[in-house]
Amino acid sequence: MKVHVDQELCQGHGRCYALAPELFEPDDLGNGFAIDEGDVPAELEAKARLAAANCPESAVIIIEDADDATEAAEPT
Amino acid sequence: MGLHDPVTDWATDFDHTDDAWVADPFPIWDELRETCPVAHSERYHGVWLPTRHDHIAEIAHDTERFTSRQVIVSEYRAPLDMAPQGTAPPITSDPPYHQGARRMLLPAFSPQAVAKLEPYTRQACQDLVDQLEGNDVVDAAEGYAQHIPVQVIAHMLGLPASDGDQFRGFVNVVLEGVDQKPEDREAGIVEFFRYLKDLIEDRMRNPGDDLVSYLLEVELDGEKVDPFWVTRMIGLLMIAGIDTTWSAIGASIWHLASVPGDRERLIAQPDLLPTAIEELLRSYAPVTMARLVREDIEFNGCAMKQDDFVLLPFPAANRDPAAFDRADEVIIDREVNRHAAFGLGIHRCVGSHLARMELRVALEVWLAAFPDFSLADAGAVRWSGGQVRGPRQLPLKVETRSERY
Repeated sequence: MKVHVDQELCQGHGRCYALAPELFEPDDLGNGFAIDEGDVPAELEAKARLAAANCPESAVIIIEDADDATEAAEPT
Repeated sequence: MGLHDPVTDWATDFDHTDDAWVADPFPIWDELRETCPVAHSERYHGVWLPTRHDHIAEIAHDTERFTSRQVIVSEYRAPLDMAPQGTAPPITSDPPYHQGARRMLLPAFSPQAVAKLEPYTRQACQDLVDQLEGNDVVDAAEGYAQHIPVQVIAHMLGLPASDGDQFRGFVNVVLEGVDQKPEDREAGIVEFFRYLKDLIEDRMRNPGDDLVSYLLEVELDGEKVDPFWVTRMIGLLMIAGIDTTWSAIGASIWHLASVPGDRERLIAQPDLLPTAIEELLRSYAPVTMARLVREDIEFNGCAMKQDDFVLLPFPAANRDPAAFDRADEVIIDREVNRHAAFGLGIHRCVGSHLARMELRVALEVWLAAFPDFSLADAGAVRWSGGQVRGPRQLPLKVETRSERY
């Protein structure tokens, strides 16, 4: 799984980095950004989904079928 | 009290300052959502009221057809030549001016900046409960909630906390004075701007390490901002930052006083507080914003005229069963909560991170000092009218920690 914050939609509500600080971080304006290319370790997938489900602007995008090779190459 | 007759038909003649709305707006919104999802009133020279989450979101995102030139409904309309800034940028600004003005403010209200204000906020809350302890009945709105955002914003602006009463008077005139006589409201607003002008002039002569001095120095499009507009921005921060947060803290304490099971659960499970806070924000979202219709349009079958107001009742959006499961229930461990308490679209509350911190700290300190509290007299609770809703009188029976042991 990968996550991504659509910056066209993000308004800086900050729900993603409050709920899943391992996966998202704010810039100095408060907008959310995925950490480390957005790779989600298996144990944090539920948190990623929670962050997406709580974004008022639906700006947190989950990519369920992220490239298996990428995940294998970057164990966490 | 007000200039307006009591409402008898909410679909065609509503008034957001009516006593029934002020006391309990939720049944009004619920019924309209089912029967007439975009209500209309000829009051205030024409105003519309969408009640469905999707309609409210659509309008909040549509800055072309709906302008933010004025966001507080009244008999008055801000003149067109106030654009693009509007009377209180950036909340009254439209794109593209809006983005630059907003970016000036955002760093001062980022999560990182807000974290630095937490120790001050906690001490302010602690000092307030210390003053209340020993009483059997305390007013959590007048004696606690209202002081917290006032002290925090005064701290940010480099003003003495003793100016608090004066601030609250200004806020009352602007937000809750919409049904006062225009000349009375005007006099209060003039006094507010005189205070702000004196503040700006003082900081131009004596810059310090405060938000006013920062805004006088920071550049927008390569130039410093005219002090006139800095005055307006500071006015906005005082107006928008005080009544709103006070309301959120008060409404949360009111809920916990009214539902003992939720209060006991938060005492037993303090880790639940951040989740509970989001549900309290959803359920009792204090702020209803407004837009003006830019040109005559049809919106979902409604013929909206230029310069009609459109209220954006975010608390009604948050109770829409099409957007939330069990929307009318307060579920303090609700995990999926895409609520709109801080607005939607480009005008997301600039102070939302600050408000969340203040709300969390205020509840932590309150619950630690008063683990056991209940409404002293449910009939004595008084809620504010207008576009910011929260308890203004909230007498509680309290048992202080020291009495329990």
